[in-house]
Amino acid sequence: MDLVLTEEQEMLARSAREFVGGRSSLRRVRELRDSGDADGFSRQLWREMAALGWLGITIPEAYGGAGLGWMEQMVVLEAMGRGLMPEPFTSTVLLAANALLLGGSDAQKQAHLAPIAAGERIAAVAYQEAGSRYDAHKVATAATRSGGGWTISGEKIQVLDGHVADVIVASARTAGGRDDAAGITLFIVAADTPGVTIERQSRIDARNAALVRFDGVAVGADAVLGAVDAGGALLERVLDRARIGLAAEMLGSMQAAFEMTNEYLKTRVQFGVPIGSFQALKHRAAKMYIELELARSAVMGAHRALDEGRDDATVAKLASLVKARCSDAFVLVGNECVQMHGGIGVTDEHDIGFFFKRARVAEMTFGDAAFHRDRTARLEGY
Amino acid sequence: MADLERFRADTRQWLEQHAPPEMRTTPKSQDEICWGGRKADYPAPVMRWLAVMAERGWTAPTWPREYGGGGLSKAEAKVLAEEMAKLNLRPPLTGFGLSMIGPLLLQEGSEELRREHLPAIVQGKIRWCQGYSEPGSGSDLASLQTKAVRDGDVYVLNGQKIWTSYADKADWMFILVRTDFQAPKHNGITFLLMDMTSPGVSVKPIKLISGYSPFCETFLSDVRVPVANVVGQVNGGWTMAKALLGHERTMIADAFKERDDRRKLIDLARKHLGEAQGRIADPIARDRITQLEMDQACLDLTLARSRDGMKAGHKPGPETSIFKYYGTELNMRRRELMVSICGPQGLGWEGPGFDPEELKMTRDWLRSRGNSIEGGTSEIQLNIIAKRVLGLPD
Ligand SMILES: Cc1cc2nc3c(=O)[nH]c(=O)nc-3n(C[C@H](O)[C@H](O)[C@H](O)COP(=O)(O)OP(=O)(O)OC[C@H]3O[C@@H](n4cnc5c(N)ncnc54)[C@H](O)[C@@H]3O)c2cc1C
Repeated sequence: MDLVLTEEQEMLARSAREFVGGRSSLRRVRELRDSGDADGFSRQLWREMAALGWLGITIPEAYGGAGLGWMEQMVVLEAMGRGLMPEPFTSTVLLAANALLLGGSDAQKQAHLAPIAAGERIAAVAYQEAGSRYDAHKVATAATRSGGGWTISGEKIQVLDGHVADVIVASARTAGGRDDAAGITLFIVAADTPGVTIERQSRIDARNAALVRFDGVAVGADAVLGAVDAGGALLERVLDRARIGLAAEMLGSMQAAFEMTNEYLKTRVQFGVPIGSFQALKHRAAKMYIELELARSAVMGAHRALDEGRDDATVAKLASLVKARCSDAFVLVGNECVQMHGGIGVTDEHDIGFFFKRARVAEMTFGDAAFHRDRTARLEGY
Repeated sequence: MADLERFRADTRQWLEQHAPPEMRTTPKSQDEICWGGRKADYPAPVMRWLAVMAERGWTAPTWPREYGGGGLSKAEAKVLAEEMAKLNLRPPLTGFGLSMIGPLLLQEGSEELRREHLPAIVQGKIRWCQGYSEPGSGSDLASLQTKAVRDGDVYVLNGQKIWTSYADKADWMFILVRTDFQAPKHNGITFLLMDMTSPGVSVKPIKLISGYSPFCETFLSDVRVPVANVVGQVNGGWTMAKALLGHERTMIADAFKERDDRRKLIDLARKHLGEAQGRIADPIARDRITQLEMDQACLDLTLARSRDGMKAGHKPGPETSIFKYYGTELNMRRRELMVSICGPQGLGWEGPGFDPEELKMTRDWLRSRGNSIEGGTSEIQLNIIAKRVLGLPD
């Protein structure tokens, strides 16, 4: 498969950009934040996205999706990134749908994927814990067998879209010690199950996240996603796909921030000339552009690998490659764009700050660059 | 598709039959890399390999047959490259003829000039050098002062070129001269082909910080060059110069995409820094190595994306500046990291206490400092991107 978009993909990219440009301005994002909206996103828009087929792009037709490829999803995610859309795509599609696709039984897939693709069900994956940082295998939340089922207790942090989720896929330890990669199991838990408490968290980018507590939550044996004690490896595969998808979204965001700033360089006048004529800024802008191009290549390369059905080891390395690249690039672009705007850049009133804050959150979601370099070295055997 | 597979099988068989076994190895030193030319003096297998490949035109696989090239389609040339890589075969010929002046002549040269020069390039008979830079004109190349005055059907050249790579080994030079001193600086330049054996040409090697001496000063005193040797239009040389620079930057970037250094960095780190629980013991070096290799992987993907884009009919854009900038910066980082991993063993110039591989590595590091200068400095590449891509004002 070549590293170019097909005509159909180009068309999809254009229409996605138009849709986001028309329906999701940065003003909308700002209003959602400032109004203290209970959902933190627009259910109306979510339904429209479902109607466009965006939520089921990579979900097979048999489960209510479109059965298209990752490249198609990539161009849509990039458009969403341009508009910093807070709709629960990362949680519901990148994480939960992939968890079901990779680990779910046919019954579980039947039960959840079609409603997800239709925009009728929001799903979250709860795996991060206090002190686990980026290591998804550090799990203290415990599940013990009781009767025919399981009882789960523990706390998850910064669960993306946890407060609006209808179902939560949670990791829990079923064997071994807190830091063991083995002995983790994934469970599908309805958000309204007794013993589940969800408390919304507020982070710098105003995107949605929540604390999710499990206090003796009883679930049946059919709640297990994948095999008992084998959830760690499954989770890693899910996260790799989410990393790749998130990178596409990040690419769109940095591209938008960069374009906004490049425009400013041409229009803001100081010393009687546009500030973009100063070489100190030109060279830094050119370096950002190079970073963006390299990031785009990595994003495309990783999506292609998924469409080509590459093995897990290859996908894992590419996921780390692309997440590391986009993390560093987005933070650089965020920092530089604020600096190049001068005083207005550090005001809440200007939109560039939204990108700057989002960069930091996205950087640390699913592992920052340092984490992924270490992981790459481990995967390469040194 | 079936044709391509047949071509693959035939090619493989032919290569196995004709490639000298010595050519199925990585060159042991610079002296084994074949640049051709009248002064060519290479080991017998190198010369034999050149001869058999040149006969098929496979030193320049995609050039038209009428000029001695292989006449292969892009797809066939890719197959040839792949089959050569599988057999670990060296390129039979390298040089500025194949990578710079040849492509330019194919684009812009007169029929006479193509017939005169392209076959000799394919055969490796003539080696070329590039006469652009002058003592007063480096980055500001268009300010060049070497003078060409018309005298009947020849130009008479006077002036000095500098940093002329391999001028002492080359047979011909493509050279930029000023033919109009009144016109604005970009509009008075002409692109000429000059025989280095012409009376009045003299060269003096310059030594680099690496100790190698790959480039020269070239002095021109009343050198007579036929007017027929003009490429493009008289006073239109700047357009030619820029077109050729595109080829040059692609070549320089291509030179840094091979990955055979990859394991080397890791092995080197294991040797000099040790291991702990299967990991390179120094976490900082380990991180720097990983960062470098990940940056390299992203550059490789970008090169592939650009190639795929061209294949799909996209117009070549400013990529060459990205590749020149990033490829050279990356290579320099790699060389620097190698030396710092070696520690005191990376400090050897020659003689006892250092093994040949260490000495070569150190010399390569010193040589790499020129990467971000030759072919247009890194700063100039950033200027180009800022202007052409980002549209930032002067
Ligand atoms: C190994 C090697 C091989 C070479 N081979 C050849 C050859 O075969 N033929 C040939 O003709 N030439 C050759 N060159 C010459 C090369 O093209 C020039 O060295 C190069 O263009 C820079 O010119 P300069 O050395 O005069 O430096 P200068 O132009 O004087 O530059 C000095 C410094 O100023 C910076 N600078 C200059 N202008 C600007 C600007 N506008 N904005 C920001 N910074 C600027 C440069 O980036 C550099 O850092 C070779 C050079 C090297 C190192």
